[in-house]
Amino acid sequence: MDLVFSQEDLDFQEEIRSFLTSEYPLDIKERQDNRLPFEPEDVIKWQKILAKKGWFAINWPKKNGGTDWSPTKKYILQNELAVANTPIIIPFGVSMCGPVVYTFGTDTQKRQHLPGILNSDVWWCQGYSEPGSGSDLASLQTKAKLQGDNYIVNGTKSWTTLAQHADWIFCLVRTETTNIKQEGISFLLLDMKSPGVEVKPIITIDGSHEVNTVHFDNVKVPTENLVGVEGQGWKIAKFLLRHERTGIAGIAALKRELKRLKEICANVILGEGSLLDDPSYRRKLEAAEIELKATEFTELRTLSQISSGGAPGPESSILKIKGTELQQTISELFIEMLAYYSHPFFNETELGSNEAVGPDYAGAAMPHYLNFRKVSIYGGSNEIQRNVIAKAILGL
Amino acid sequence: MDFSFNEEQTLIQRQVAQFIQRDYEWEKRQALAKSELGFSSENWKIFADLGWLGISLSEESGGFGGSALETMIIMEEFGKGLVVEPFLETIVLCAGLIDSCGNKDQKSEILKKVISGEMHLALGFVEPQSRFNLADVITEAKKKGDGFVLNGFKSVVMNGPSANNIIISARISGKQSEEEGISLFVVDPKLEGVSLRNYPTVDGRRASEITLENVDVSSSCLLAEEGKGFKELEKAIDSATLAICAEAIGAMEVLYKTTVEYTKIRKQFGQAIGKFQVLQHRMVDMFMEYEQSKSLLYMATIKQAEKAEDSKKAISGLKYQVGKAAKFIGQQAVQLHGGMGVTDELNVGHFFKRLTTIITIFGNTDYHLKRYSQL
Ligand SMILES: Cc1cc2nc3c(=O)[nH]c(=O)nc-3n(C[C@H](O)[C@H](O)[C@H](O)COP(=O)(O)OP(=O)(O)OC[C@H]3O[C@@H](n4cnc5c(N)ncnc54)[C@H](O)[C@@H]3O)c2cc1C
Repeated sequence: MDLVFSQEDLDFQEEIRSFLTSEYPLDIKERQDNRLPFEPEDVIKWQKILAKKGWFAINWPKKNGGTDWSPTKKYILQNELAVANTPIIIPFGVSMCGPVVYTFGTDTQKRQHLPGILNSDVWWCQGYSEPGSGSDLASLQTKAKLQGDNYIVNGTKSWTTLAQHADWIFCLVRTETTNIKQEGISFLLLDMKSPGVEVKPIITIDGSHEVNTVHFDNVKVPTENLVGVEGQGWKIAKFLLRHERTGIAGIAALKRELKRLKEICANVILGEGSLLDDPSYRRKLEAAEIELKATEFTELRTLSQISSGGAPGPESSILKIKGTELQQTISELFIEMLAYYSHPFFNETELGSNEAVGPDYAGAAMPHYLNFRKVSIYGGSNEIQRNVIAKAILGL
Repeated sequence: MDFSFNEEQTLIQRQVAQFIQRDYEWEKRQALAKSELGFSSENWKIFADLGWLGISLSEESGGFGGSALETMIIMEEFGKGLVVEPFLETIVLCAGLIDSCGNKDQKSEILKKVISGEMHLALGFVEPQSRFNLADVITEAKKKGDGFVLNGFKSVVMNGPSANNIIISARISGKQSEEEGISLFVVDPKLEGVSLRNYPTVDGRRASEITLENVDVSSSCLLAEEGKGFKELEKAIDSATLAICAEAIGAMEVLYKTTVEYTKIRKQFGQAIGKFQVLQHRMVDMFMEYEQSKSLLYMATIKQAEKAEDSKKAISGLKYQVGKAAKFIGQQAVQLHGGMGVTDELNVGHFFKRLTTIITIFGNTDYHLKRYSQL
């Protein structure tokens, strides 16, 4: 047991830092540091910069354009990027669709789709959830009926993140109605420009447009866009769930935000001292820090398990739960720190200007707090994750 | 012991409840929150006509001589409809303050217009550095001839944009956080040197940043005795804290009930999600937090109405409980609605947002727990 990085790891860390100094565009950095709303162009630009360096699809196998890095090396890169607050990589292509295509896809599919994902030329979105099928995903009802060389797709997907920017969507659809709901589901790749696809925005409580409803009205999908075997889509869905387990807790980002919060608090005047001198607030900050340390080391333990050959098990549900709870706690502590200055809010009405009222870090805090209620709901709600732990780990 | 309302109080409750049900549909409320003004002048007129605006003000000021109980009843019902009209600010906070410490002229000039619905008020009691400490006042008042000159800054002044008069706390003597030396002034925002920056708040209401730059006010604008404004300010904030807790409790009732109903209808895994025991226990906890809050609300309101010695402490205890309950119920209502809970379309998120601001307004749980232990 030891906690030290090797010299090689440290050199790599240094390499990343100097890369960031020279390659991280200043305009993007400024928007990121000011917590301005997400710009798709920024993310694409940044993903392309990473790809050029070979640091984008790091989890992919080398032969598909990825790396053969150790988990530690991947960890170091993700950590450094988060510390620098670079844009969050959109996972739908590189972390979700890509791995499915190189694992289950035909050679033609690989040739058609992998380069677009690697180069961030094609924006993907995830069409799993439906109005009637959220936690119970396998009950999904979107139908695909075989008709000659095409599937005819009808149905509705909901909560589709950033579908308004998407070129393609990967979907779970029902190709057959069977007694066991997990059967008869297929995995389809669908061009968003196909006739019959309609995207409608869903505005969330923070006033942003991040999710959508996607309607399919007799959409023709060529059969060559089926991934894997017809009716075996659930297997792929489960593969995807198991994939990309590390980094799920977003530890580095949490550390960065907690550090930032502490720095701000030190400058929030309270009587003779600062907010950091307020014992009740301070206690909450420290408690979050301890919980974060614990989560960090739970993640590191999981990581070392992978590097010694083991596969991450349902233990990653711990990381999802603890990571998202911490994200919510920290967003809450920002609100508490701001007190009344968390209330000004321009997202919902067109009345005001978008300037911050109060300190310049105030404007983003409330939208962020509201937006982050989602993290305990999506990606398998925290209730569902607890069910997983109860069943798969505790054997209940 | 008796926790029931008298006949008159029952009548008011019914009247307000009916107004919320009939005339305050969700779509209307949303449209008001998004409008330029942020609320409806017609509704305000109705409140005046029905006598709600003067209900808790003294007869001497032209009111009906009611107590904290009547205010509680109205505010709890308002909470259920997420009413955006500034009853809390104009009536409870400011008219109550003037009623308590204004001189005869101030009462007759201001309160008459308030009660008839022609005038709105706001209270500037927060400064960028003050957080919840009412005594932390940098804004200064200097004597000049017969009157005073005001200089300073007030932040997040609720209902500032609509207020015809704004009550400002300003320091006339003493150190930054001393209770002694604080004066209250009724300031017409049209006076030279007063500038407002208006904006919406996350709960669909309106507020202002107010800058005071060499504002000349006459001595008739001084509210309460010179330098002795703190006690009055504290009293007004306490009354308003009670009222906002009543509003929160109305909102919490809607949220826990809406959640229970939703989980009965929403099906996943072939059954209503309300059948999952973990969600049942969650909702039981929401329900209990609501009931506990309501118990403390009644306790504190009765103490306030009876002018009990320990009513301040009771109010801080209540605000602590309400802050805790509002957070839990708000967050869990969203969580149990799943994706629907985070949509702008559903009312749940908007109740959650108002509860979120209420947690902060007039002091958060940390502040009131500390105050409770010090009283
Ligand atoms: C912002 C956001 C972005 C999203 N992006 C995408 C996307 O890009 N693509 C996509 O496909 N989906 C996406 N989703 C959908 C997300 O995966 C679902 O919201 C999630 O699976 C929950 O489903 P639901 O909303 O239908 O809630 P429901 O499943 O109806 O759940 C409601 C509540 O019941 C609880 N519950 C349900 N079943 C159980 C049980 N068995 N035991 C205990 N509690 C239970 C849940 O935990 C929750 O609290 C997104 C959601 C959000 C909010």
